[in-house]
Amino acid sequence: MIINSQNTRNRIAYAVFLLVIVVSGYFLENLYYLQLLTFIGINTLLALALNMLMGYAGQISLGHAAFYGIGAYGTAILTVHCHFSPWLALPAAIAVAMAVAYIVGIPTLKLSGYYLGMGTLGFGMIIHILFREWSSITGGASGFIGIPPLELGPVSFASGRNYFFLVWGCVLISFIACQRIIDSRIGRALRAIHDGENAAAAVGVNTRALKLQVFVLSAAISALAGFLYAHLVFFISPGTFSFIASIRMVTMVVIGGMASVWGALLGASLLTLLPEWLHAFSEFEMVVYGLILMLVMIFLPRGLFRGLLDIYERTLKKNTH
Amino acid sequence: MAVKGVSLSVKQGQIITLIGANGSGKSTLLESVCGLLPDWKGEITFQGTPLKGLDPPAVVRQGISLVPEGRLVFAPISVLDNLKLGAYTMYRKRRHAEVSQTLEKILDLFPILRQRAKQPAGTLSGGEQQMLAIGRALMSHPKLLLLDEPSMGLAPLIVEKIFHTLEMLRNDGITILLVEQNAQAALQIADFGYVFETGNVVLQGPATELLADQEVKRAYLGKDYGEFYDDNR
Repeated sequence: MIINSQNTRNRIAYAVFLLVIVVSGYFLENLYYLQLLTFIGINTLLALALNMLMGYAGQISLGHAAFYGIGAYGTAILTVHCHFSPWLALPAAIAVAMAVAYIVGIPTLKLSGYYLGMGTLGFGMIIHILFREWSSITGGASGFIGIPPLELGPVSFASGRNYFFLVWGCVLISFIACQRIIDSRIGRALRAIHDGENAAAAVGVNTRALKLQVFVLSAAISALAGFLYAHLVFFISPGTFSFIASIRMVTMVVIGGMASVWGALLGASLLTLLPEWLHAFSEFEMVVYGLILMLVMIFLPRGLFRGLLDIYERTLKKNTH
Repeated sequence: MAVKGVSLSVKQGQIITLIGANGSGKSTLLESVCGLLPDWKGEITFQGTPLKGLDPPAVVRQGISLVPEGRLVFAPISVLDNLKLGAYTMYRKRRHAEVSQTLEKILDLFPILRQRAKQPAGTLSGGEQQMLAIGRALMSHPKLLLLDEPSMGLAPLIVEKIFHTLEMLRNDGITILLVEQNAQAALQIADFGYVFETGNVVLQGPATELLADQEVKRAYLGKDYGEFYDDNR
């Protein structure tokens, strides 16, 4: 059966993924690398969130940093001002992000193409201005200080290693959840909407409701990433959730590969690691950064994941001949 | 705007064909039936149920399936997944066993689709894509199948094959509304036909009568005036 072989392949991929997480979590001693990997994990969540919306359902969002910010500011405000436990703030922040996505999504998702991009862009800017100007609550442009570290009973997540496991645990769970959605009839319907909304409607897909649902799901995962970010760095400022952050998310999805959860991982890794590697170029850093992104797009137009997979399959074919 | 005043009926268990030139409003009519165009005046009923105000998924649940113009298969998605998408409303009711049974039936009906099951639908030939589009529409167990120009851009031999399949489906009890420009092929398999011109039905009757009708011959069966007068001498 076709379906079964694909299932086993997926299962093996996830087992390897889990193994890599556990091994690197236990054996990496360098705290700098652990923290870098933790950031990759958070960015992977963002890329996954946007990939569900953009890569699968084909609905572009240029304002997704807003949901990232709502997660971060949500937990910051609730834990510092309202003295909530972070574990209570997490579902609350996610719920707020989902509610906002629902309300914003109803009118916005009627748009498509450039117009949807414009609509979400405006939304992202409004939320960004809100973070910056509502200083009595958000701390304004100077940022929000004093977000508490995470603790769960005797386990403290203040150490780099435990936080690494927390973030990558969230990534793994989100990956599996999203993969299950993708492999179901909903995933097929999302890809059908991507290819042609009218044709999808003609086979009986409720396109409007489904687009809204995936938008809300995407917002929830972004808010989770925001929560993890806030409790990792203890200090957040509006700049992290600006228009540039939204564009970075789109870049991660496109570079990594649309419509693939592993593409999200690759895209997030590359865009987090590149600036670190490129420090050696000092003032030419941004030039080389841009150049690498251009080269990836020219030679692997379907993104890193598909591109590398194609290269692998081609060499495999060559070797058997 | 396309379509003005139309009145037609489709009898159960028959192939009804709607013939007309480009821009006569045939596709608009089908899209209105399917709920893809929500804004129209008039009355459309299916087995006594009014279809006014139903969205496309609700129309599919009523037992009406559309094979859209230009096939509109989901190009990047595999043939198998395209077919499964046709059963979207069935999966929702968790009728999985029934769906896989239907899937087998359709793969038997179009064996080429079984060979191509894992390929992206965009890599199929035009005829194969048309078969896929029909197969996808059949996945939801329609009582009424609407086809919008299934012969468009296909070689005569393929058209013949596809139309033969439609006859088989009719014999299995599925009612078919066939919208076509290829009047010759459509009238040969149809039971009843309507000729459509700029939003009005100008002619109707049993398919055999329409095939013999001089006006239809002149306008739609590719005979010019010269031949037409020759025939009548």
